[in-house]
Amino acid sequence: MIRRLFTPLTLFLMMLFLIGPFLIIVAASFSAGETLAFPPQGFSFRWIIKVFTIESFRQSFGVSMFLAIGGTLAALILGIPASYAMSRYRLPFAETVRFLVSMPIIVPGIIVGLALLRYFVIPVGMSVTLALFVAHTALILPYAVRVVSASLANLRADIEEAAVILGSSRLGAFFRVVLPNIRGGILSAFILGFVTSFNQVPVSLFLSGPGVRTLPIDMLGYMENVFDPSIAALSSLLAFLSIGIVFAAERFLGFSRYV
Amino acid sequence: MSDQTYLSLENLSLAYGKTTAVKDLNLTIRKGELLALLGPSGCGKTTTMRAIAGLMNPVGGKIVLDGRDITHVPANKREIGLVFQSYALFPHLTVFENVAFGLRMKGVQGNELRQKVEAGLKSVGLLSFAERKATDLSGGQQQRVSLARSMVVQPKLLMLDEPLSNLDARLRLDMRSELQRLQKETGMTMIFVTHDQVEALALADKIVVMRNGAIEQIGTPEDIYNRPATDFVADFVGFENIFKLRDGKLIADGKEFALGAECPNAPGLAWRPGMVTLGEGPFSGTVLGVSFAGNIRGYVLDTPLGPIRAEVDAARPAYTLGEQVAFDLPVASAAPLHRVG
Repeated sequence: MIRRLFTPLTLFLMMLFLIGPFLIIVAASFSAGETLAFPPQGFSFRWIIKVFTIESFRQSFGVSMFLAIGGTLAALILGIPASYAMSRYRLPFAETVRFLVSMPIIVPGIIVGLALLRYFVIPVGMSVTLALFVAHTALILPYAVRVVSASLANLRADIEEAAVILGSSRLGAFFRVVLPNIRGGILSAFILGFVTSFNQVPVSLFLSGPGVRTLPIDMLGYMENVFDPSIAALSSLLAFLSIGIVFAAERFLGFSRYV
Repeated sequence: MSDQTYLSLENLSLAYGKTTAVKDLNLTIRKGELLALLGPSGCGKTTTMRAIAGLMNPVGGKIVLDGRDITHVPANKREIGLVFQSYALFPHLTVFENVAFGLRMKGVQGNELRQKVEAGLKSVGLLSFAERKATDLSGGQQQRVSLARSMVVQPKLLMLDEPLSNLDARLRLDMRSELQRLQKETGMTMIFVTHDQVEALALADKIVVMRNGAIEQIGTPEDIYNRPATDFVADFVGFENIFKLRDGKLIADGKEFALGAECPNAPGLAWRPGMVTLGEGPFSGTVLGVSFAGNIRGYVLDTPLGPIRAEVDAARPAYTLGEQVAFDLPVASAAPLHRVG
């Protein structure tokens, strides 16, 4: 009897531990009170509405969106040809490249951020936006390479030869036959990259300047000064945005096959 | 079928990096011929086919197709069709679009495209599958799509890589006759690669037996089957008793054995199991194994010549294991080999 209860109970406790804090935040964002507190005092949409009126949030949301979309696109533009070359040709330094490409996952983000600040932003005068863009692109690159490589591995190489024999150029075969077949992987890589970039804190921590901050960093700053439930409201909104994207991806693309 | 050479490979040499795959290959094919490249895996047959298609660059030699040197023509400009062993259908396209691919590359559009694709699908009996996803079809159907895809562009030469090996026994027979029918109808020059001598014998007009990147023998199926030129070919087509000859005597185990009759002047002789006479003759051996196969019975004999494989009519009384049996290797039926070892 105890054994039969043990497994479901453990599962329940784990889920509670994982999802519990999130539920608290969601509940807190509908609070009618003045401070971030749980249980929430009353029920209202006032903090959710307020989030949209805060100028700095609107600005940093724009920055974050730009970094997530632009960085992911840049990572894909670099990552797709890299994955393709590594999967189809025997390159002399393939292992080195593979290792270099996965470095950004291994090196702590905060070091990447600090290094960029110390060696690029300060001495060279690289703009903070550019530094952020470079950092986010590098950070997403490993995911792009990994996910695209996985879908390339599932794609037979001989279909490209078939296309060439039927009259297509090598490059044409890539666009006509390879890209359409790894579309799912590319979209998955895009979503994974987007979410990774959007939720990124450590790399972005040192890289903020006048008017340029990513949303998570802006939220940290806001919380240091103001302790109202608008942070909870924003967090919930972002969480639901992420969940929505991943859910849609799974629903329409079979996202989990690629990750 | 004209007598003129249509495709010729002249001193063709191919290599993967530093490993030589094919060395100084010379081969000619006439228009309308159905040629089989036969050999065990690693003999260079697929490599040769890939080189003809333009998928790999020769390190030496020349490929001439229809009077034009195509050695350095890129694969997409050679107008050669290739049916891959894996079929290599485009997974994201329908059957119709798969077949239409080559035509679209040639700029065929609209009604003409539709008509040609439909005619192609009809010729392989898959017209009703046009709108299906190519990869949803069975293996045999996929192969027919692949065949139609290669044929609708009317290539100068159609090549097939192990066309029957991925099919089950019944489909294999169907596909074999379908290939023969298509070849007859279109008069297309075809080359197919196979490791199965039965396939090659049944389908081809001409067989090229390859080994270690070189041609062992070129001949009609009858030539190859009845008159193998080398011990390798003999072994490949089922001559299981192969011996070297010296001064008219068989060499086995370092010793010489005189045969009953005058020997031809050849470096070797080979017998199929069915050619060995049991029950009489100058030699004798102990029965090591007996296997019943319907109309015949197969024996393995332990003899001073080494193991001898024989087959006799199953209606004859069987010898038992351990029995001493006299046997003969009749010189009259033996295939003389031009080269041994």
